[in-house]
Amino acid sequence: MNPEGLRYIDEYRNSALVVHLSHQIRRISTKPVNLMEVCGGHTYAIYKNGLKDFLPDTIRLLSGPGCPVCVSSQKFVDHAIELGKLNGVILTTYGDLIRVPGSISSLEKEKAGGADIRMVYSVLDALEIAKQNRNKQVVFLGIGFETTAPASAAAILQAAKEKVRNFFLLSAHKVMPPALEALAKGDTRIDGFIAPGHVSAITGYGIYQKLSKDYHRGVVISGFEPVDILQSVLMLVKQIEAGHYKVENEYTRVVKADGNPKALAVMNKVFTQSDTEWRGLGIVPKSGLAVSSEFESYDANLKFDVPVHDSHPPKGCICGDILTGRKSPSDCKLFFSQCTPVNPIGACMVSSEGACSVFYRFKA
Amino acid sequence: MKKHDDRILMHHGNGGVYMQKLISELFIHFFDNEIIRSHSDSAILNLETNNIAYTTDSFVIDPLFFPGGNIGSLAVCGTLNDLAVSGARPAYLSAGFIIEEGFKITELTRIVRSMANEAKKAGVRIVTGDTKVVNAGKCDKLFINTSGIGILDEKFISVSSGGNVKSGDKILINGPPGEHGMAILQARKLFAFRTNIKSDCANLYPLVKRILKTSSHVHFMRDATRGGVATVINEIAQKCNTGIEIDEALLPVNLEVDALCELLGFDSLYIANEGKVVVVVDGNDAELVLAAMRQTKTGRNAAIIGEITGDHPGKAVLKTRSGGKRIIDQLLGDQLPRIC
Repeated sequence: MNPEGLRYIDEYRNSALVVHLSHQIRRISTKPVNLMEVCGGHTYAIYKNGLKDFLPDTIRLLSGPGCPVCVSSQKFVDHAIELGKLNGVILTTYGDLIRVPGSISSLEKEKAGGADIRMVYSVLDALEIAKQNRNKQVVFLGIGFETTAPASAAAILQAAKEKVRNFFLLSAHKVMPPALEALAKGDTRIDGFIAPGHVSAITGYGIYQKLSKDYHRGVVISGFEPVDILQSVLMLVKQIEAGHYKVENEYTRVVKADGNPKALAVMNKVFTQSDTEWRGLGIVPKSGLAVSSEFESYDANLKFDVPVHDSHPPKGCICGDILTGRKSPSDCKLFFSQCTPVNPIGACMVSSEGACSVFYRFKA
Repeated sequence: MKKHDDRILMHHGNGGVYMQKLISELFIHFFDNEIIRSHSDSAILNLETNNIAYTTDSFVIDPLFFPGGNIGSLAVCGTLNDLAVSGARPAYLSAGFIIEEGFKITELTRIVRSMANEAKKAGVRIVTGDTKVVNAGKCDKLFINTSGIGILDEKFISVSSGGNVKSGDKILINGPPGEHGMAILQARKLFAFRTNIKSDCANLYPLVKRILKTSSHVHFMRDATRGGVATVINEIAQKCNTGIEIDEALLPVNLEVDALCELLGFDSLYIANEGKVVVVVDGNDAELVLAAMRQTKTGRNAAIIGEITGDHPGKAVLKTRSGGKRIIDQLLGDQLPRIC
């Protein structure tokens, strides 16, 4: 055991620093502001660490659309379920997606009914399954933003290199900038964005310039520990109080100005931008990542012809409004009464980083 | 029978000669005691007490062998611990085996030997058992069920119910949470990380005996297995309709477990243990009990981690290291690694 604790983590949980930041925020905050924590990881960290206790009433935090499972559309889940019904198909997926309700079923229920659906920790594990099951077709369900998309792209490049012909990607990958712009244009007042740390580690700062220059919103890229988040709130409040909006980086130990050029190059090689559906935002132009024509033989969308119909969200579910900051989980009539983690109706109750799940678990 | 590649075949479970040979050469050979040697349909036990504790548990762990133990040591310690935390002195065990056709006899021998060793160390006898063999694919290699009987002293009768838990009591734990679950995750080789994490699988009776000898005001004990420490804490809050406050800064820490949890987005309070006990004791006796725990092998890293309060009955609250507060909720579904 090391009495020093976990380096780069414990010092960002220091209670004296947390209290100090809290005092500073309270001292300078005069006008009511709405700040959106874009990433589900931030929502989780805020409630898991009880950070709302350290903020004055002037600051309202809104949960954003940065939860991959939550924003994936019901239609995508239905599509995946149909693929899982095909003979000889092995579906591979990150864990949380398995419980998301589709229109009439979920991957979890299909698995219990006999479909070959396997949870993997990395897309490269899915590729490995393909190599070990050459007589089967292995489909990976690609969800997530600039964080996970490069890994999916790398898996396709690896499959091409090793001539693996039975590996396919059903891509629901998305990129952040168009969604953030849609939010800035939307009807909810958002004064500043606590920008996603991990997405920014890949993209760098550039993607946020438009938000500060054209839409006059504060942007601070934030880490995920209590000190990171409160420091970011302080930086945003300073910007907003001064009326001087810019892009700042609190998460300097991870995020560099130009991000991760290698990951971006891999992503751009394999994917092309496409219009895609976000739960809550609807179709957002050029916000999706589709497999490019060069790699179309790996595109599950083209390989398998299965019926996928348009679907409507469950009656009463307001996940869409929650993901866009218009409403809070406690505004939902289903929350706590009918929609619980044991019996989730909407996607935000499924993912551990979904706002409803976080509110439910930590009784915010 | 001892050849390296010998395997369990269907006829090892058919009641005939092969089964008799397996039982006598393996199970009775290792578990050896006069009761099991009698080959009777039931073990006849002579218990000079009015109060016995009786428990059962099934073990289906994958993989069967892991750093810090195997399914055999787990099957013995798990049941011993259920008896011990009820305040009972473990005395007798039964062992039932469901074996998949084709299972290696060398592996079965290793497992049975571990069971015998753990039982012997604990001074407990395995007095009856059962063997079934199922067709290949009908079970995952080996399942074991153990039941146990313990002798319960009248004065500890309320320890398992928590009937005496009251505001002001202190909550103690004998070491850092999460070691067993993370060791198993590692043993499944799902990640490329390598750590030195070992399962905490251990017989807790010597520790419990020490605790009960030190204080006559032990109000509750429970081993924190599946669902982790958080689940036990919630059980106490709900069962005793009392509030609980845990101070995160006081929790014993295994840095490797914590680091792996951070990487995967897990909370070690919800990870399984096989050698951790949560103890509720009168506030006046807490320091004494802590000192006694620290003198035992399984209690070296013990700590006082919180207390029973009169506030928010039925709920457990965690004071986080950064100074905030949040609810410690019950585990819902499995913890899944974060995506990004």
